[in-house]
Amino acid sequence: MAAHQPAPDQPAPVSERGVIGWLRENLFSSWFNGLITLVTLYFIASLLIPLIDWALIKAVFSGEGPESCTPGGACWVFVQERLGFFIYGTYPDPLLWRPNLVFLLFAIAVVPQFLPISGGLRKWLAIYGVTLFPVAAYFLLAGGSFGLESVPTTRWGGLLLTLVLAYVGIIAALPIGVVLALGRRSEMPIIRGICVIFIEFWRAVPLITILFMASVMLPLFLPPGVTFDKLMRALVGITLFQAAYMAEVVRGGLQAIPKGQYEAAEALGLGYWRRMRLIILPQALKIVIPGIANTVISLFKDTTLVLIIGLFDLLGAVKSTLSDPAWDNVMAEGYLFVAFCFWVFCFGMSRYSHRLEKQLETGHRN
Amino acid sequence: MQDNPSPLDATPADAAVESVAGSEDIIVVRDVNKWFGEFHVLKSLNLNVKKGERIVICGPSGSGKSTFIRCINHLEAHQRGEIFVDGVELNEDVKNIEAIRREVGMVFQHFNLFPHLSVLENCLLAPIWVRKTPRQEAIETAMHYLERVRIPEQADKYPGQLSGGQQQRVAIARALCMQPKIMLFDEPTSALDPEMIKEVLDVMVELAGSGMTMLCVTHEMGFAKTVADRVIFMDGGEIVEEAPPGRFFSQPEQLRTQEFLQQILDH
Ligand SMILES: Nc1ncnc2c1ncn2[C@@H]1O[C@H](COP(=O)(O)OP(=O)(O)O)[C@@H](O)[C@H]1O
Ligand SMILES: [Mg+2]
Repeated sequence: MAAHQPAPDQPAPVSERGVIGWLRENLFSSWFNGLITLVTLYFIASLLIPLIDWALIKAVFSGEGPESCTPGGACWVFVQERLGFFIYGTYPDPLLWRPNLVFLLFAIAVVPQFLPISGGLRKWLAIYGVTLFPVAAYFLLAGGSFGLESVPTTRWGGLLLTLVLAYVGIIAALPIGVVLALGRRSEMPIIRGICVIFIEFWRAVPLITILFMASVMLPLFLPPGVTFDKLMRALVGITLFQAAYMAEVVRGGLQAIPKGQYEAAEALGLGYWRRMRLIILPQALKIVIPGIANTVISLFKDTTLVLIIGLFDLLGAVKSTLSDPAWDNVMAEGYLFVAFCFWVFCFGMSRYSHRLEKQLETGHRN
Repeated sequence: MQDNPSPLDATPADAAVESVAGSEDIIVVRDVNKWFGEFHVLKSLNLNVKKGERIVICGPSGSGKSTFIRCINHLEAHQRGEIFVDGVELNEDVKNIEAIRREVGMVFQHFNLFPHLSVLENCLLAPIWVRKTPRQEAIETAMHYLERVRIPEQADKYPGQLSGGQQQRVAIARALCMQPKIMLFDEPTSALDPEMIKEVLDVMVELAGSGMTMLCVTHEMGFAKTVADRVIFMDGGEIVEEAPPGRFFSQPEQLRTQEFLQQILDH
């Protein structure tokens, strides 16, 4: 038999390649598809162009005072002048190095999670982020020990406060949520009952009510003289609320693990906690990463509700400056800035969860 | 346990006296009964297994074979009667259960490997966490058994990347890494494609040759003929017949056994 020589692959014709090929295939594959593409482009352009014009082209980025702004463009001078307040609230000026150091320590834990570094280092930085860092951050921000001047939590505000609320809510709620989820599936009726009641109570009450109760009603029940920091109360409320949601997300993961996994772990002689920690939870949590990311992002945004109990988080801080008569009509700039900050963090969390999912992929679908 | 403890009219106390003392039986099952709700799934089972004995259990689907061998490492709880494994009585005492599970390896129909761990980590887990073996030593043992099941080159892969036959061999190695005294197999080849059955049976035959005590639920009659010391036929939750493979296959006594053999040998 004559040896068959396969002909070398030809490059695709120009019309099927690169940008043009992509456009043809995806946007203009038929006259109808092409029409929809054009109409959509028209609407996007008619919204986006004026926005860009206002926010970037006609905008004023630096200057001094309201006078430096022009009517047709955004006045970013406002944000620039109030940036300190937006980020730190009324944290005392001479002590700002402390929150700054906390931001730096935070960045050390978080930023490398997005960089191409070794998995081991990433893991240790994550562990530092949930153990050492919160402790250090507490002592730095609150002061009162190690010769640091004490700063009452009433002076924490802005982005700093938003991050404190969200971070504590997130990292404290996950372990509590896991324990609640395990408890809800326990064979011991009392433990199961307690967990069900706890979860259903916190899940059925709006966060805003919980915050309100924590700040207004809790003091009524405490013995007189016992005061409990307002921020602390909000943190406890947010954490327990978040834990209840987390518990239900985790329970979904636990239920998705095939019975055979529990049995194989039992048959090997592993005790309950080891079965959960080594076999069940790693798989269950991996499955529910998207759900966890969802509740975490939603909590991050819900922290803005602390406004109603008189804590000035990022949104509260910005909002409180909008009524300043010296600045004429800077609402759009203020809210856009808030939206941008929230978007950066929430988008970051979303990316992180995708990344984690990919990392934990082992080629098996449960 | 949601199973109803139904009629408790037996008196296990007198029976227990003779059993524990220095018997060479590594498994003693005496008058074991189990109910799933109202359904009487195991009916007065009795079985003694000597060290090194290889027993094949067969019977129609739903006859209680799985439930029976799962009682031996207490994945299922029995409600009446008694089970002794390696001299320890199986009861609700968690200490006893865990002690027995350390000595009893189990291989499942659907492998049940841990998908988030590599093949090697699957094999290291129990020795390290249950037996407290130093990691290095555990790795050596694991590689030894992975070689015995002829799969050492896959040690760093994840279960999801292996074929069914390979996964089942890993599952056997994982159980052997605990260096158990008894191995339980619950239809280890019935979830496999035909071309993979042999590679798993070969490993099991070799294991049988090494003197391991084995209880094996299987319909692989060739395997039963070559390695079994005794074949047990179960139907409707009862042990209907029990005989060495020669007699079991050539001259079964019970009608139900004959019908069953007819059916599977016709295939
Ligand atoms: N967890 C359970 N709850 C209720 N019934 C069960 C359960 N497990 C098994 N059964 C029933 O018990 C009987 C015996 O099951 P099994 O031991 O799996 O049989 P085999 O392994 O011989 O096919 C079957 O009728 C099955 O439906
Ligand atoms: Mg079965």
